[in-house]
Amino acid sequence: MNALIRYSPLLILAVAWEASSRLGLVSPLALPPLSDVVTAWIDMIKDGELVTNGLTSMYRAFAGLSLAIVIGGVLGIAMAWFKPVNVLLSPIVEIFYPLPKSALIPVTVIWLGFGDGSKILLIFLGCMLPVTIGAFNGARSSERHLVWSARSMGASRLRMLWDVVVPSAMPELLNGIRTALALSFILLVSSELIVARKGFGYLIGSLGANGTYDAMYAVVFTVAFLGFAADRIYLLITKRALAWRA
Amino acid sequence: MARMNGTAAAETPNGLPEKAARVAYRLAWGFARVFSVLLLLGAWEWLAASGTFTPFQLPALSKVLVRIWADITTGDFFINTGLTLYRALAGFLIAAVGGVIIGMAMSRLRIARWFFDPIISVGFPMPKIAFLPVIILWLGVYDVSKISMIVFDAIFPVVAATVIAIQGVERELLWSARNMGAKEREVLWQVVLPAALPQIMTGLQVALPLSLIVAVVTEMLMGGYGLGGAMMTASRFANSVGVFAGIVEIAVVGYVMVKGMAILRRRLLIWHPEAHEPSTA
Repeated sequence: MNALIRYSPLLILAVAWEASSRLGLVSPLALPPLSDVVTAWIDMIKDGELVTNGLTSMYRAFAGLSLAIVIGGVLGIAMAWFKPVNVLLSPIVEIFYPLPKSALIPVTVIWLGFGDGSKILLIFLGCMLPVTIGAFNGARSSERHLVWSARSMGASRLRMLWDVVVPSAMPELLNGIRTALALSFILLVSSELIVARKGFGYLIGSLGANGTYDAMYAVVFTVAFLGFAADRIYLLITKRALAWRA
Repeated sequence: MARMNGTAAAETPNGLPEKAARVAYRLAWGFARVFSVLLLLGAWEWLAASGTFTPFQLPALSKVLVRIWADITTGDFFINTGLTLYRALAGFLIAAVGGVIIGMAMSRLRIARWFFDPIISVGFPMPKIAFLPVIILWLGVYDVSKISMIVFDAIFPVVAATVIAIQGVERELLWSARNMGAKEREVLWQVVLPAALPQIMTGLQVALPLSLIVAVVTEMLMGGYGLGGAMMTASRFANSVGVFAGIVEIAVVGYVMVKGMAILRRRLLIWHPEAHEPSTA
């Protein structure tokens, strides 16, 4: 009941959408009624179009993001822990961090073509730096006292890295990964809209070009919902993972 | 930095070597900062010259620089950069002003909070870029739709940051201002907004790069002039020198924008304790 009141504005918007389209306030071409969009969605689920393209997109996002988390996290912690790595890499990070990652779309296509490879590379490159910076800031701010006491208790350097620095870098690292998660969806959809033969973005583009707008809206909202759901699930998991801190 | 220089200087006994040590330190540090970038650029030129990659996959840095120089002398660079910056900044400004207003309304008016809260919490994590074809359908492919898309993407972090910022303003500040007879309007302008400014700036610092990302994507998809559009044209003609030149140009614009924002933040928040800490932005 509480949730109903809380989310009532969204319901109102949905009703306004349906009504304005049914009553002809806006052209049904520009805004097909919500009910038509839902029917189109069910049809696309039935004939499998949405599922196959969705799985392709999810695979790309997952592969790119996983690579970014592993490599970006390791780089960030290494930068915080080994001075030479920091001196060598931080100028490069500083230069590439503000680069709008969408600019890399044509280059990844030149390197790896129209398929999965170019999308995975793009998502990896685009998502790596937020993770790196999160890991770097987290590991750098790990409390000196913890490091000192670990050292005085005879922990080796590697042991300290694993037992003290990595756990204390966790909160900021997880925050960086959350940014990367949102970014991965943006990069996925925009690269698929620009050049692809499969995936959500491709589906949206081709449905729009055919003029089947109800189906296009269905895919757009599916992607938007998946992005939203991924973020919420991620938040739940990280809350669990960081329960030891409270 | 300054503090490190200070301690190094204190250890040296007399004046002259101290100065020399400081200069040497500066030079070494400055060199260390550009060393890896030079290394990277050198590796690029060398890899391209070595023939490991075809010139299509990796054109030589020197060729890309020649192309950028040509863009500058013909004025294309300024037209494209100007257009991209205009769209990104126009969208960013609308999102900044609108976002702060919505955020302020949400924290003062219950009805605004009731209406916008679910929209923001659902809309923020959504990949808004998926709505691009819808925006094209409604508004066409020209500046209006590009700027609308940028506003749509950039406004969420601003609203969220403003709401959190205003919630975080210390009660004592409000109480003492009211106690000293400030009117609600004065409280808002002289207490709430300044106290909330650091967090609002953080939201703006998220929104600005986002505006540029979206500006480039919309230009790539809708065509026309602009840095993204020029890159896409080069890509269609398999002109990889043009594509790489585009990346370098966009990287420079992005770097200048982000740095400018960080400097603006330090200026605006000079009174705030955070101004004395080094920032990574």
